[in-house]
Amino acid sequence: MKEIRFHGRGGQGVVKAAHLIVDSAVQEGKFAHFIPFFGVERKGSPVFGYGRISDEKIDLKTQVYKPHCVIVMDDTLLEAIPVFDGLREDGIFIINTAKTINELNLPKTVKTAALVDASAIAIDTIGRNIPNTAMLGAFVKATNWVSLEHVKKNTDLLFGGQNSVATQKAYDEVKIYDLQGGK
Amino acid sequence: MGKTIAITGNTAAALGAALSRPKVIAAYPITPQSSVVEYAASMIADGKLQSSMVQVESEHSAMSVVQGAAMAGARTFTATSAQGLALMYEPYFRMSTLRLPMVMAVAGREMTAPETIWSGHQDTISVRDAGWIQIYVENNQETLDMIIQGYKLAEHKDILIPVNVCYDGFYISHLYEGVNIPEQSEVDAFLPPYKQEHVILDPEKPMAVDPMTPGNLVMKYRKSHLDAMQRAFDVLDKIDQEFGDKFGRYYGGTVEKYKCDDADIVLVAMGAMSGTAKAAVDEKRAQGVKAGLLKIRMMRPFPNRQVAEVLADKKAYAVIDKNVVFGWPNGAVYMETKAALNQLGYRVASLPVVGGLGGADISLDHMINVIEKLEKMNKGDKEQECYWLED
Repeated sequence: MKEIRFHGRGGQGVVKAAHLIVDSAVQEGKFAHFIPFFGVERKGSPVFGYGRISDEKIDLKTQVYKPHCVIVMDDTLLEAIPVFDGLREDGIFIINTAKTINELNLPKTVKTAALVDASAIAIDTIGRNIPNTAMLGAFVKATNWVSLEHVKKNTDLLFGGQNSVATQKAYDEVKIYDLQGGK
Repeated sequence: MGKTIAITGNTAAALGAALSRPKVIAAYPITPQSSVVEYAASMIADGKLQSSMVQVESEHSAMSVVQGAAMAGARTFTATSAQGLALMYEPYFRMSTLRLPMVMAVAGREMTAPETIWSGHQDTISVRDAGWIQIYVENNQETLDMIIQGYKLAEHKDILIPVNVCYDGFYISHLYEGVNIPEQSEVDAFLPPYKQEHVILDPEKPMAVDPMTPGNLVMKYRKSHLDAMQRAFDVLDKIDQEFGDKFGRYYGGTVEKYKCDDADIVLVAMGAMSGTAKAAVDEKRAQGVKAGLLKIRMMRPFPNRQVAEVLADKKAYAVIDKNVVFGWPNGAVYMETKAALNQLGYRVASLPVVGGLGGADISLDHMINVIEKLEKMNKGDKEQECYWLED
C-alpha cells in the first residue's frame, strides 16, 4: 500500500486532484481512497488530505503518518506547516514551486524531490492559478502509481478545457532530483 | 452486477436513498451531511429520481414534513448531523413512537461545545433511547447498502420502526473510495414499494391520529415498541442474508465478527474505526497475538446475546467509544457491552477506551496500544480505568 499526504490551500483543488487519483486507481482495478481534512473551510487556509492506493482492500480509516509521497501545492506552506513530518526514507516529495532545488533548501530527510511550477503552467493553460491538474502530471511522472492516460481522461471528464493539457505539460516539465547522499 | 465507481460517503448515502425510491425527501443542510441534500436535490432536478423534495427552514421541519408524508403512507428519507439532530429531537421521538418506518442517514458529528464540526458518535449516541433503530457502518459501500436494507428492516410488518444509518462524519461522509452501485432493477426486486397498513392519512376517510392517550394505553404502546425492537435482531440477520445472497455482500447483521473465533482478546468497535481495528488485529496476529474484532453494527436495539456469545470466554476485551456517557467515566458502547455480559451471567476482564472525539484521529498505533494493554491483562481482572486515546 502507498500512502500519500496532500498539502495545499483552500481553493487550489486539493480534494479534486485527490479524487482524480482515486478515480484512476479504481479504474485500473486497484483499491484507493482519500480522506480530506478541511480545517476551517476558508479559501486560502491550509488544507490537508490523506490518500492510499493498494492492490488489496483498504480497511484503515486514519490520517497518514508515514507517507510514501507528500504533495505540496503551495511552497509558502513550507514555513507554515510541518509538511516533511514522517516522510519515508524512500518517499517522494512533490512541490509546486518556481524556486530551484537549491533555493528550496529541503531537509536531508528528503531523498527524492519533484519540482514543478504548476501555478505557471495553470495560468498558461487554463488561465487561472489553480495548480491541481498540473500537479497531477508531476505526481504521475514521479510515482507511476496511476497511469497518465487515466488521469488525463478523468481530468477531461471532470474539468474539461485545457486542464489535461496542464497535466501533460507538468508531466513533461517536472524536474525529479535524486538527493541520496545529499545534493 | 452494477458498476464500481469512486464516490464520497455522502454520495453513497444519497444514492442508497435514491435507489430505495423515496416518495418524499425533506432535509436541511448541515456539515458534514450537506452534500447528501445537494446530491439528492440534483438527482431530482435532473429527473433521475422521482421524489418530492421539500425545502424546509430547519431540521425540526424536515422531520415534521417526512412524518406527515409517512403518515400518508409514503416512503421518506432525510439526513442530518449533530446540532441538526438535536433540533430535530421533538419530532424525532414522535416518528418512532408513532411507529412510522423511514430511514434517516446521520453523518456522525461531535456535539458542541466546544465548537466543532468534526467527526464523532455523540450526536446519535445521545438519542439512542428515542425509539429508533440505530445501525453504524464502516465504509461507503456499507453506507449505501445499509440504507437500502434499512428500509426493508423499518418497513417489516413485525418491526415498523424508523432506522438511523449512522456513518462517521468526514471519515466516511467525505471519504472517497470505490463503491459498487447496484442496478435499480436489482434493488427494486429486493425492496418492493412500501404499502402502509397500520395508519394511513386519507382526505377521503378523515381520522384522528394520536389523540391524548391515558397511561395504561401508553404502557401498552411502549411494551409493544420494545417487543418489536427485540424482534429486529432476527429480522436484520435475515435481511443481511437475503441482501448478501442477492448482491454478494454480507455484513453479519447485528454484529460483524472479525477473527473472533480463536481470539483470546477482542476489540469492540463501531463505525469507521472498525476498519482501523481490523488492520490492528491483522498486524498483531502477524506477531502471533490472538486478537479479534467485534464490530457492533446494531447499537439500538443492543444485540446483547450476539455480543455476549463472542466475549463470554475471552481473556479480556476493550471497547473503543467515539462518544462519552456523562453519567459514567467512559463511553456508551462499553456500558452496553458490560450490561449485555452481566445480563447473561458473564464477567470478563475489560478495558473502557474513549477516542476520536471531535474528529481526533484514532490511529493504527492507538488500536495496537489497546491490544497491547489487553495482552497484559489476566482473566478475571477487575475493570480497568478508562484509557483515553490522546496524542
